[in-house]
Amino acid sequence: MQADTIITPSTLCVKDLPWQIAWDKDKCTLCGRCTAVCPMLALELAVYRKRVVQPPMGLEKPPENTFESFYGVRQKTTPDNACVGCGMCNLVCPNDAIMPMHTDEADKLRFHNNQGGVPRRRGGRRNDPAGILDRIKFTRISMLTDPALDAGRHKFELTTLLGRVLPPEENLKLQREQGWIPPVREIYPLIIGGMSFGALSPTMWEGLQMGVTYLNEQVGLPVVISTGEGGCPPRLLRSRFLKYVILQIASGYFGWDEIIHALPEMKVDPCAVEIKYGQGAKPGDGGLLMWHKVNKLIAAIRGVPQGVSLPSPPTHQTKYSIEEAVAKMTQSMYMAWGFRVPVYPKISATSTSLAVLNNLARNPIAAGLAIDGEDGGTGAAYNVSMDHMGHPIASNIRDCYLNLVKIGKQNELPLFAGGGIGKRGNLAANAAALIMLGASGVQTGKYVMQAAAGCLGSETDRCNICNIGRCPKGITSQDPRLYRRLDPEKVAQRLVDMFLSFDTELKKIVAPLGRSTSLPIGMSDALGIDDYRVAERLSINYVV
Amino acid sequence: MCRLFAMTSDEPFSPLVAAKALDVMREGHDGSGVGLLLSDLSGPFEDLKDAPVLSGIFTSKGLKKLDVYMMELGFTTKYKVTIKAPKPSPPGIPQRDVYLIRAYEYPDEWHSYTSERRANELLKVRLDLRAMGQAEQDMIVFSFWPDTIMIKEIGDPLTVVQHLGLDRKELMARVIMAQGRQNTNYAINLYACHPFFIQGIATMTNGENTAFVPIREYLSSRGFPGYTGYQSDSEVFAHILHYSAYKLGLPLEAYKHIITPLSDDEMEDHPNKVFLKQLRQTCRRLIIDGPNCVIGCLPNKALFMVQDRKKLRPGIVGGRPGCWVFSSETCGLDAVLPDRDKSMDFQPMHLDTAIVSSDRQEVHICRQTQSLPQALCA
Repeated sequence: MQADTIITPSTLCVKDLPWQIAWDKDKCTLCGRCTAVCPMLALELAVYRKRVVQPPMGLEKPPENTFESFYGVRQKTTPDNACVGCGMCNLVCPNDAIMPMHTDEADKLRFHNNQGGVPRRRGGRRNDPAGILDRIKFTRISMLTDPALDAGRHKFELTTLLGRVLPPEENLKLQREQGWIPPVREIYPLIIGGMSFGALSPTMWEGLQMGVTYLNEQVGLPVVISTGEGGCPPRLLRSRFLKYVILQIASGYFGWDEIIHALPEMKVDPCAVEIKYGQGAKPGDGGLLMWHKVNKLIAAIRGVPQGVSLPSPPTHQTKYSIEEAVAKMTQSMYMAWGFRVPVYPKISATSTSLAVLNNLARNPIAAGLAIDGEDGGTGAAYNVSMDHMGHPIASNIRDCYLNLVKIGKQNELPLFAGGGIGKRGNLAANAAALIMLGASGVQTGKYVMQAAAGCLGSETDRCNICNIGRCPKGITSQDPRLYRRLDPEKVAQRLVDMFLSFDTELKKIVAPLGRSTSLPIGMSDALGIDDYRVAERLSINYVV
Repeated sequence: MCRLFAMTSDEPFSPLVAAKALDVMREGHDGSGVGLLLSDLSGPFEDLKDAPVLSGIFTSKGLKKLDVYMMELGFTTKYKVTIKAPKPSPPGIPQRDVYLIRAYEYPDEWHSYTSERRANELLKVRLDLRAMGQAEQDMIVFSFWPDTIMIKEIGDPLTVVQHLGLDRKELMARVIMAQGRQNTNYAINLYACHPFFIQGIATMTNGENTAFVPIREYLSSRGFPGYTGYQSDSEVFAHILHYSAYKLGLPLEAYKHIITPLSDDEMEDHPNKVFLKQLRQTCRRLIIDGPNCVIGCLPNKALFMVQDRKKLRPGIVGGRPGCWVFSSETCGLDAVLPDRDKSMDFQPMHLDTAIVSSDRQEVHICRQTQSLPQALCA
C-alpha cells in the first residue's frame, strides 16, 4: 500500500503528536470557528471521500457502492502546525464537536521540533506539575493553650518590608543624628512578578495596572507590580501610579532610555528598582522577546527597530565581578532617584546564591534579594533551559534565610521567593510555606496570568506559545486581533478577586497558627512534611 | 495557662503572701511549678544591696564545684541562706540537697570595672555555672545579681513555699514576682520556669508566644551571650526588654512599641509617627504574637504589666499608695488587698503599659497612642 504523501524523517501522523484533535462529524455544523481561532493553524478544512456500500435485498442484483464526499476539519501534522492543546477550538465550538486530547504515550514531535537546527523555544514553566511546596503542611495549630484566631473578623498585619532595614542600634543612632536611613517600603507580601510590556499585551498590562491601583486605593492592600524588562509606558512613568510599580532593569536595558528621560517629570518615585541578573525559568540566560512581538509600539518603548528578536545578554555587560555589580549598579540606581528608592537584585536560584547573598549583606544599602526558582515562568526561552536548568526555590530560600540568621541580618535584607508559587493552584499555601521558610514575600507572574486573564498554559505542556505572539487569550500577544479579546477591566476585576481571595486564604493559614501581629517570616516551627530527608534539609518538622 | 502575681510594697513582705495569692488562683495553674523573684530585699540582705546574690539549687557535689569555681574567681561569701528541705518531700516536689542563696564580695579587681563590664561578668559567671551543672544536673542557677533572689521548684506553689519554709525574715522583700505554672508545651524543666531574669530585668508571662522561633533566632544572633537558653517561649520577653533597655537605650514606654507596634491606621495621627514607624521596621523581628500577659520588673524596681495585641489573657493592677499588686485575676488581688479602692483597679488593654515605679505612689498608664518622652524622639 502506497503512502498518500512523501515520507520524510519528520513526517508525522496525528498519533505522533502530543495533542490529537477529536472531531465529531455528527455534531459539527461546519461553522469554521475552530479553524479560524486555532493559534497554530493546526486545523484545515478537509474534504473526505467516503465509499458507501449499498447491497440490495435479495440475490437478483449485485451489490453496488457509491462514493460520497463530506466536509470537515483535518489536523495538520507538520511540526510548525502541531496542535498545542490550548482548547480554543473547543471554546468556540457551538456544538462541542471538537476537543484536543493528550496522547497516551510520549509523542514523536519532540524529536522534530528543531527544524532548521533551532531548538524548541516556548513560554510557560518547567514541564513538571509536581513540586515540594504543595507537600509542606502547617502543623502548629493553636489549640486551647493559645486560642486560634478568627480569620474573618480578627485584625491582621500582613504587610512586609522591601528595603534595607538597618539594625536597631544603627537606625536609632541615625535618627538621632538625622542621618540618611535607606528607604523601606511596606508592601503586600505577594508581588506581581516581572512580566514585560512586550511580553504581555497592552490590554493585559493595562488591566494589571488598573487592578493594582484599585487594590491599593480602594481595598487598602499595598500590592506592587514589577515591570519586567521592557520599560514602562511613558504616561505611567509620569503618573501618580508609578509608586505601585517596581521598575526592572535587566541586561538588555530595554526601555531605560525612556525611563531616564522621564525622571525629571516623574510625579512620584517608583516603589523600587529591581536589577534582574537572572530568571528562574532560564537561569544564566538573558531575556528574550521574539521578533513576532516587536511591533511599532514595543519598538518605540524599547528603543529598538521593529520586527527583530531581542535577546538580552546573559549578564550585565558592564559588570565584571559581583562586587562591581552589587556596588556600582546598586549605588548608581539609588543615585538616580536621590537615594529615595530601594534597589535590589533578582537572581535565579542557584547553588551559588549564598555567595551573592553574602556580598549583598556586606553592601550597606542593597535593599533585598529576590530569588527565582526553577519553576519560574517566562514568555520565551529555550525548552532545555526551562526543563533542565535551575535550582528549586524551597531549599535555596531556606539556606539563604538560615545564613542571614547566622550572621544576624535576617531583618535587614529581605528575601523574596519566586518560581512555581501556586503552580497547582495553591497560591496562598505555597506563599505561606515560603514565608515561613524565611522569605519576606513572594513573586508570581504565571498564576496572575492564569487567574486574572485565563491563561491556558500548563506544566503538561498545554499551549505555552507565549513566545510567538499568538496567545489565543490575547495575554501575550501584540496582535490587536488577539489582544482585543482581553478586556482590561475584566482583567483588573479578576486581579482584585485573586488578591482578595489570597488575602483570605493567607489569613486562614496564619490565624490557626495564632499569628496576626506580624507576617510569620521564618516561623519554621509551624511547618512539617512527610519526608524525613526533606524535613532535615529544610530544618522543619518531619510528620507522618 | 499559668497564673501571675507580683507585688511592690513599702513594707517588706513574705513570699508566702504571693504563694497564697497563687493558691487562690489555683484554677488557672496545675501546680506543676512555682517561680519566685524577690527584689528590693530587706532583712540581712538590706545591708548588702551591692553584693551579687547567687540563687540556685545544688547537690552536695555541685556545691563543692561551685565553691571551687567561685574561689578561683576571687569571690568570697558575705552572707548566705541555705535551705535544706525536710525529708521526705510532699508528693510532686522533688527531693533536693540544697537551695542556696549566697551574697558574695566581688573579687578585688572587679571594683575597678565599669558597671557595664561588671554586669557582663556577672552574667558570664551565671552562664558558666549553668553550663557546668548541665551535664550532671548538680547545679541549677537562676540568678547572680545584686539585691535579687530567685527560687524555682516543681510542685504546687503554696506547698513548695511551706515545704521550703520560705516564710522567713531573711526572705522578706519589697518586690516579689511569682508564677504558678501550668505546664503545657515543654517538659518540666526549672529553666523553663518563670520569672526569667537577665541583668536586673525580669519578666514572667501568662500565655504562649506564637512568634517564638523567629524571635529566638533574632535574639540569638545579636551576639550577646545572655540571649541563650530559651527553654520557654516566654524567656524572649525578658531578653527583648533587656535589648530595648541596654542595647537600644530605650525607656520602658518604648517596650510595647517594640513587641506590639501600632498599625498604620493607629499611627497616622501619632505625634511620634516617624520615629515609631522606623522602630517598627527596625525591630520587626521582635514583634510578639500572643496571647500573652507580661509582668516585669526593671533594675530600678519599677513593676509593669503589658498585654499583647490580642488581649486574650487576664491581668489586673490594683492597690493603694505604698502597695500595689499585679495579678492574673481579681481574686488574687482580693486575697492580698481586700480593702483597696476597687474602683481604681485597672486592667491593661492592648495598647497599655501599666507601670508602678519604685516610689509606689500610683499606677502610671502609658497608652501607645500617647506621645513618647521627648528625649527619645529628639
